[in-house]
Amino acid sequence: MPGFDFSNYNRNAALHARGVPLPKATSTGTTIVGCIFDGGVVIAADTRATSGPIVADKNCEKLHYIAPQIWCAGAGTAADTEFTTSLISSQLELHSLSTDRKPRVVTCMTMLKQHLFRYQGHIGAYLVVAGVDPTGTHLFTVHAHGSTDKLPYVTMGSGSLAAMSVFETQWKGSLTEQDAVNLCSEAIQAGIFNDLGSGSNVDVAIITKDKTTLKRNHIKPNERSKKLKSYAFERGTTAVLKEKIITKKELGRFVDIEEVEPEGEKMDVDT
Amino acid sequence: MSALFSQNPLMNGPNYSFSDTPVSHPNEAHGELREHRFNPYTDNGGSTLAIAGADFAIVAGDTRLTSGYSIHTRYSPKVFKIGGTTADQKDATIVLSVVGFAADGTALRERLDAACKMYRYRHGKPMSVNAAAKRLSTMLYQKRFFPYYVYAILAGLDEEGKGAVYSYDPVGSYEREMCRAGGAAASLIMPFLDNQVNFKNQHIPGSGEGHAIQEREKKPLLREQVEILVKDAFDGAVERHIEVGDGLQMMVITSQGVEEHYLPLKKD
Repeated sequence: MPGFDFSNYNRNAALHARGVPLPKATSTGTTIVGCIFDGGVVIAADTRATSGPIVADKNCEKLHYIAPQIWCAGAGTAADTEFTTSLISSQLELHSLSTDRKPRVVTCMTMLKQHLFRYQGHIGAYLVVAGVDPTGTHLFTVHAHGSTDKLPYVTMGSGSLAAMSVFETQWKGSLTEQDAVNLCSEAIQAGIFNDLGSGSNVDVAIITKDKTTLKRNHIKPNERSKKLKSYAFERGTTAVLKEKIITKKELGRFVDIEEVEPEGEKMDVDT
Repeated sequence: MSALFSQNPLMNGPNYSFSDTPVSHPNEAHGELREHRFNPYTDNGGSTLAIAGADFAIVAGDTRLTSGYSIHTRYSPKVFKIGGTTADQKDATIVLSVVGFAADGTALRERLDAACKMYRYRHGKPMSVNAAAKRLSTMLYQKRFFPYYVYAILAGLDEEGKGAVYSYDPVGSYEREMCRAGGAAASLIMPFLDNQVNFKNQHIPGSGEGHAIQEREKKPLLREQVEILVKDAFDGAVERHIEVGDGLQMMVITSQGVEEHYLPLKKD
């Protein structure tokens, strides 16, 4: 049985009663959307993660893999969306292996809602589940308390009202893939610009019968402007009070050293 | 054991007596009245910043007005000219910036402006910045137990023509400074200003070993340099604070009068 460790519960409850505040979790105060089109489904998300009023991550990923043809957009507590989706993803993979069938979106949605209901909303994951399976194209929302909806277009997160206003004015019954991508992008941008919890870029995932396409940073409407001057300090500006040099060779006596090429996404920092 | 700490009254053990039935509010059980409270304050976000130069002062603020996760408007100025002779304040020499609760900011601005106008009427001369600064402090302290929920910054040129910046807390404690950041992103901008305006933690390379190293000499910045710092400070704050953005309003006070500039900031 998977489960949580409650051994610090009584200590923390006693501390809380004496006025110690709870730690602040990173929340993805978010805009996430989904929309069905003729032949598949599109989900999209913004890329801002916040901790209170501070932007914790300007370009985070809110589109989570469940199965090759099932993806999930997550809002709420960042850790909860991350762990819940990966837990269900692995359970679904085992289920698929033992039944020798492709995983179904309803199965995924049911597992998610049963998991979340068991924890009575304490796992703050608000999800948009989308995918294509042998029974067809599906799109669901799952709330932290365990309730679900099945709709042709959905929005969630703090920017859900801004995003829904786009769907309610522009959505129509028959959409092409491009129409759906454009509509979802517009909805996310409404969230990015009108909801303070959402911001930065638009991520999109397109799922069809044959393949899934993840368009990371599909639209980047918020590029940072260049700084007007260089803030590089002249060498020796910082006072050095004590100096000790450990060479790579000396360090090699304690640990194995291996040269690694830098890879992956780089954060934008001053050079 | 864990049930003792539960928020749910039904979980706090069985309730054997009628006087011990679960209630939604603890005071109700003892026959006390439940208090309903009106909360008169809102935090409208935004950030301000002021820097004094040798013969000028610059006051800037973003123009976004928020509450919670909503943007009320993308253009609501926080920096105002004070104490002119006309409604458009075209001959004003003092600038006030207010950030925090917007309604209190408006009220305070109008009161200080009226006070400056009354001073001109009674004395036949405009108010000096240090006099206006003291007056503003008094105004804030008069409401010590129902404060104006604002962080104010007042700027102008002193009687010697030097740039002057006065910063305040909500109940009137004030101080003349070289620079000050206020509002939502104050904690992000102020360390940057300490380093770039007052050259804190900067030393002269090679001027000594360890503690003997000399600090970089402090001198007032040029107007062009200050304008660059202000723009970069706000661009940085917009990146990391959700309540700051949309536009940057900047007032430059010189012996020629007050110039106003506006430039756009990111809108997400």
